[in-house]
Amino acid sequence: MATSMVKIESVRKRFGRLEVLRGVSLDVAPGGVVCVVGPSGSGKSTLLRCVNRLETIDSGRVWVDGELIGFSEKAGKLHHLRPEELCGQRQEIGMVFQRFHLFPHMTALENVMEGPRTVKGVARQESRRQALALLDRVGLADRAGHYPSQLSGGQQQRVAIARSLAMNPKVMLFDEPTSALDPELVQEVLQVMRDLAASGMTMIVVTHEMGFAREAGDHLVFIDDGVIVEEGPPREVLSNPRHDRTRAFLGQVL
Amino acid sequence: MVAAAVAALVMVWLAYTIIVNPNLHWDVIVGFLLDGRILGGLWITIALTALSMVIGVALGVTAAVMQLSDSPVLRGAAGLYTWFFRGTPLLVQLIFWFNIGLVFPEIGIGIPFGGPMFLQWPANELITPFTAALLGLTINEGAYMAEIVRAGIRSVDPGQREAAESLGMRHRQILRRIVLPQAMRVIIPPTGNQFISMLKTTSMVSVISGAELLTVSQRIYLDNFEVIALLVVASTWYLLLTSVATVGQRFLERRFSRGH
Repeated sequence: MATSMVKIESVRKRFGRLEVLRGVSLDVAPGGVVCVVGPSGSGKSTLLRCVNRLETIDSGRVWVDGELIGFSEKAGKLHHLRPEELCGQRQEIGMVFQRFHLFPHMTALENVMEGPRTVKGVARQESRRQALALLDRVGLADRAGHYPSQLSGGQQQRVAIARSLAMNPKVMLFDEPTSALDPELVQEVLQVMRDLAASGMTMIVVTHEMGFAREAGDHLVFIDDGVIVEEGPPREVLSNPRHDRTRAFLGQVL
Repeated sequence: MVAAAVAALVMVWLAYTIIVNPNLHWDVIVGFLLDGRILGGLWITIALTALSMVIGVALGVTAAVMQLSDSPVLRGAAGLYTWFFRGTPLLVQLIFWFNIGLVFPEIGIGIPFGGPMFLQWPANELITPFTAALLGLTINEGAYMAEIVRAGIRSVDPGQREAAESLGMRHRQILRRIVLPQAMRVIIPPTGNQFISMLKTTSMVSVISGAELLTVSQRIYLDNFEVIALLVVASTWYLLLTSVATVGQRFLERRFSRGH
């Protein structure tokens, strides 16, 4: 277990009568970049949201850096963590959303400062310095004073990535980060993600960008109907899918 | 073009009949505008409005947060509160609070359900027209504000909460730093209307002799029979207050629409 940064074990999740995840297991090594693909409604976003406990799992376990997420285990029984303990765990897990969800009443700089300031109590000067460095890293140092409504979709998503990085997370989760973007804005976000992957960040990326999965990913997972149908090195899965469902899906998106 | 001309003509004619009307006693009106008693009533009106709005908003935020909580007991309590106080007339509530001593002759602080009392006062001393007015206006306002705040909180995209949660922010921090500031954009305009409405609603406390602007005007005209003149004086002040409040409302709306 010490060798995985994220370990997902037999996770099940149902919404009412619909079972969205039907026993999913996945290992992500430190610095690994796992891309998760699959048709819409396959459960891939839900899987991601189970890692930082935006969704409560019905059974199974999730560990991040060896720490059981959402529960404590005493004498073989699982107990739900208290809200403040859960908040502590979430600090370690960055998340980037399809629709950015930047805080619209704050500037780009304030968005990036918000986590360290409010959650960790970092001093204003220090968090400001750190936020400016992060904005510079995603290529937006000159947009620090802009409100999200004054930024393009691609710029907003890059600010959102900087906002997550500001918490210094051990893992970054990306939930279809480019799906809401105009085609010409996709590359600038993917470039930031490639740089991040190259810097050694552990990432789980739910995406439809097969090009990104092929170049930047070191593991590809195809999910359909709540189970992992096929997984392996991206080039292999993409060029040589073994299952009919994988073939059918790739035939539609490639 | 024609409509505008007609409207202008009507307005000029109305102004003319009012200005030259000998029954209006312009000298009396001007004389009383800055009368000490009127200014005293004006002060009470402003104080009642400000206090009942501030406490009413606090009550409303509390009730709204309770209504959106996961606990059925909290939701039920808040629901009962808004149901009762929005469902009965304010006028009735005001008279009720003024006469609360008939139900609870002693009001104090102590252990509930018949335990010992640490402090207590006779209700008739505690409940002056001002405290009764403040109680009535505040509790009534809180019930209306609860609905306004609730609508504001619900207008915030759930994704905002998720983004804040994924940063590790606590429930309270999310409410205070992320949700409420955005809800403000939806909450401020109707709250401004509530404030302006409250300036005028305070006149209702004249039924319990609240000593605000209308009460003092009535006291004066019962003395000198200048009914219309004093109503014009009161109206002038009400208009001035509401106009100032409208300007303030504009300013606040602009302040809270930052980033949009």
